Amino acid sequence: MPIKVLVAKPGLDGHDRGAKIVARALRDAGMEVVYTGLHQTPEMIVTAAVQEDVDVIGISILSGAHMTVFPKVLKLLGERGVDDIVVIGGGVIQEADGPKLKALGVRELFDSDATTQDLIDGIERVVAEFGRAQKRTDAARSTA
Amino acid sequence: MKMVERETPTGVEAGRDEWEQLTLLPFTARRPERRESFRTLSGTELQRLYTPADIAESDYLRDTGFPGQPPFTRGPYATMYRAQPWTMRQIAGFGTADDTNQRFRYLIAQGQTGISTDFDMPTLMGYDSDDPRSEGEVGREGVAVDSVDDVLALYKDIDLEKISVSMTINPSAWVVFAMYLVAAEERGFDWKKLSGTIQNDIVKEYISQKEWVYPPRPAMRLVRDSIAFSVRHLPHYNPVNVSGYHTREAGSTAIQEVAFTLAAGAAYVDEVRKLGVGVDEFAPRLSFFFVSQIDFLEEVAKFRAARRIWARMMKDRFGATKPEAMRLRFHTQTAGASCTAREPLNNIARTAIEALAAVLGGTQSLHTNGYDEALSIPSEPAMKIALRTQQIIAEETGVAGTIDALAGSYAIERLTSDIEAACLEYFAEIDKRGGVVRCIEDNYFQQEIADAAYDLYKRKERHEWELVGVTKYRDNSANPHVELHHVDEAASQRQLEKLAATKARRDEKKVEAALAEVARVAATDENIMPATIEAVRVRATGGEIVNVLRPIFGTYVETPIF
Amino acid sequence: MAAAAPRTIALVVQRDLARAITAIENGYASASAAGDTLPPRRESAPAYVVGVTGPPGAGKSTLVDRLIESFRSNGDSVAVIAVDPSSPFTHGAVLGDRVRMQRHSGDHGVFIRSMASRESGGGIAPTTHHAIALASRAGFDVVIVETVGVGQVELEVVGVADVVIVVTVPALGDSVQTIKAGLTEIADLFVVNMADRPGANKTSVDLKHMVRESGKSIPVLQTIARDGTGVGEVMAALTESRGHHHTNAARSVRFDVVREVRDRAVRRALDVLDGSRGRSILERLANREMTRAVAREELLDLALEEVIHAD
Repeated sequence: MPIKVLVAKPGLDGHDRGAKIVARALRDAGMEVVYTGLHQTPEMIVTAAVQEDVDVIGISILSGAHMTVFPKVLKLLGERGVDDIVVIGGGVIQEADGPKLKALGVRELFDSDATTQDLIDGIERVVAEFGRAQKRTDAARSTA
Repeated sequence: MKMVERETPTGVEAGRDEWEQLTLLPFTARRPERRESFRTLSGTELQRLYTPADIAESDYLRDTGFPGQPPFTRGPYATMYRAQPWTMRQIAGFGTADDTNQRFRYLIAQGQTGISTDFDMPTLMGYDSDDPRSEGEVGREGVAVDSVDDVLALYKDIDLEKISVSMTINPSAWVVFAMYLVAAEERGFDWKKLSGTIQNDIVKEYISQKEWVYPPRPAMRLVRDSIAFSVRHLPHYNPVNVSGYHTREAGSTAIQEVAFTLAAGAAYVDEVRKLGVGVDEFAPRLSFFFVSQIDFLEEVAKFRAARRIWARMMKDRFGATKPEAMRLRFHTQTAGASCTAREPLNNIARTAIEALAAVLGGTQSLHTNGYDEALSIPSEPAMKIALRTQQIIAEETGVAGTIDALAGSYAIERLTSDIEAACLEYFAEIDKRGGVVRCIEDNYFQQEIADAAYDLYKRKERHEWELVGVTKYRDNSANPHVELHHVDEAASQRQLEKLAATKARRDEKKVEAALAEVARVAATDENIMPATIEAVRVRATGGEIVNVLRPIFGTYVETPIF
Repeated sequence: MAAAAPRTIALVVQRDLARAITAIENGYASASAAGDTLPPRRESAPAYVVGVTGPPGAGKSTLVDRLIESFRSNGDSVAVIAVDPSSPFTHGAVLGDRVRMQRHSGDHGVFIRSMASRESGGGIAPTTHHAIALASRAGFDVVIVETVGVGQVELEVVGVADVVIVVTVPALGDSVQTIKAGLTEIADLFVVNMADRPGANKTSVDLKHMVRESGKSIPVLQTIARDGTGVGEVMAALTESRGHHHTNAARSVRFDVVREVRDRAVRRALDVLDGSRGRSILERLANREMTRAVAREELLDLALEEVIHAD
């Protein structure tokens, strides 16, 4: 089944060139991509992710607010009783912040030089490793 | 179009045929060229060789001419950099107004000749620092400005009658413009002596930069009002800076950058003319802003073409009669999108080449990016090298000594003409689709840019366009470390305190009345500037003024285009 | 109409609804089992299902956004199923319709779900009807289905909706002509959106003429969804239709059956084509042992035999 990805643009900036190229490239790689649009709050991102029941939330952020946005998204997912959606990020994220975000539960970070192939491979890997699709299939089969 | 007095270049063409047979073919038979075709960054195919035959249809007096005369292909002024070099204008902005004021004074001490202000995202989008939407972004990517008190602090001890001040702000531009005017007045400066520029270009926001509050039509009215007010009260101020930079950074081609930007310029001309202001009266105050990308020849040609197209459009379409009303003046910034996060010092070389293209293209002012552009807002050392790059071009290379030195190059002249022709095709298409605002609403520009961006991306992935250190010659050992701009986490707290202090000092009754007046005017067709200036004077905040218009103007929601 | 307190759906139910839709979409669970995690619907009548179809660029998402607003002000909880096209080559999709409806994000009475059309060509996804049933079971009063909108008549929405709105715009006057044949078959309501653009009245007149010729009585309304103009009239027509929406049941079941037959036939045909006999024909074509026309004939015979003589 296609991997479903929410491409999310938090923050007040309008730098959506990367997010849109990513959306298009993931589509071309056979994924189903839900795009949130610009200027999303963490609450809006989590609502979309839950309603769309995506495998992955990919947050594209260039505004420098990543240390505010990622923790909020992770916290809200927990509050909504969702523990199986993988969160990854890309954009301008300073090297020093990478380990901090990983420690919070962000599974992968991509810098602005990453190719779309890097991204596709990365998403497939985190979904295989941390994603829920497999878990749910197994659960459904065992109850069927 | 064929010129009669010119010799037909049969001689050249014959010579070229002979060269191909005798020299080229035997050579390529032994050593084939390394690629089948060579394309510019924008995708235009380059010919192997340009000769006089490629510019045979061009007429020197008609198409190229002399600097300071229409069509201004060779430059907007008669002496260009022989009188004074371009304005070296490094943009700066971070933290609170006090923090940025320090950086301005540092840059002026280093020899910078103009000031350029970058605001933080909340200010740009019309949110106060204490709005929940602003969390994490106050003072982060620019300076936080909530009220006129911040503007006073921002330009403290800087002589606003002597140094030209540029402000990069758009959807909330009319409010910050009002703050600037009140700040100048409170410090005793004469509006008539203020020079500088406010970006105030809302069209490209919907097209590419994506900072907006209201839908396009009321937003155009705010631009129109601020231009009309400025033309009347600030004879040396540029009330709009029509910008292609962001369109290109969003992934457009060089042709789209020029075409969409000049089309936006024409849309503003149309709007202001509706108020009955003559084109010769206000067009001299329009200014422009382009990127200088890494494709050197294409960029030089682009700048020259832009001047020629604008001059012809102002004359033929709008009936401008004064040369100043046809003269395109522009600021340039080197390309953030060309900078890489890997091996960041390589960006110094890229920026130098881009800056040189801007200078050879005849720019009026220039911002050179810091080598850390792909990583954060610039550190002080990065900004210093960027400024030094400009100074080296001005003082050491000698290119400032003669005007439009690349004119007459077969390649440059041909590329210039080709860009002009391609832009004219875009203008015809935009007209056919019902004009600029309709094209925004129908996502025409957005789709064209998205397609171009994806096309370039694919070319990079296929290695048809290489990035040194990233897609080619990649060194996978650890990325060289550079010290980045230190984000002062306490700055947003200081800003919140400043905002609270301003609110505590002001007279709430006056603020309420002033905001009500702004709302009243907004619902009519009166000029919004006087009411906004009064609101700012009594310390209404930017967010309050922007919010009071939301119910009247509505808010904009994009239709995403991929 | 008295405004009731707008109804909401518990977030945990919304999460489980979302998961149930995924399960059915991806085939993890059968249609009957997918909803087991949801509480039984309390209302006796199922959700009122509104279909919105029309060509791309007609402003369907903007109109849906306005309909959400109107239903909410009446107190109804609203689920939206927005279908976007899957690439026939990569099977990937970009789903962007929810951007236009994002102002309802904080409203717990609104649930928005995008679906990729996957293999289906009729404007909705193969499991859209199941997603609607699940949303109804989860307690939503109204379900709005927005079709793909790729240009051709998207008939299938009729099979799942109680009422179908066909949206068009003045500039697309030509498309009224090209899709004329199917329009009056599926529309319960025509909306000419972006009615502030030149040609709106002409488009309305053309549509009214077409309706008259068909011998039906389908209202033709004008809206400017961008600012909400005319949406009240659309809502009034919907309210009117909602009172007697059982009349659409016959039409809906008819389409439902046709779809099911077609889906099964396509599955069988694909099985045959991918089977050993089908593969050997395709191989011979690839090896130039037969012409394209002959291969087509043989495959068609093979597939039709399987489909028609199926048990």
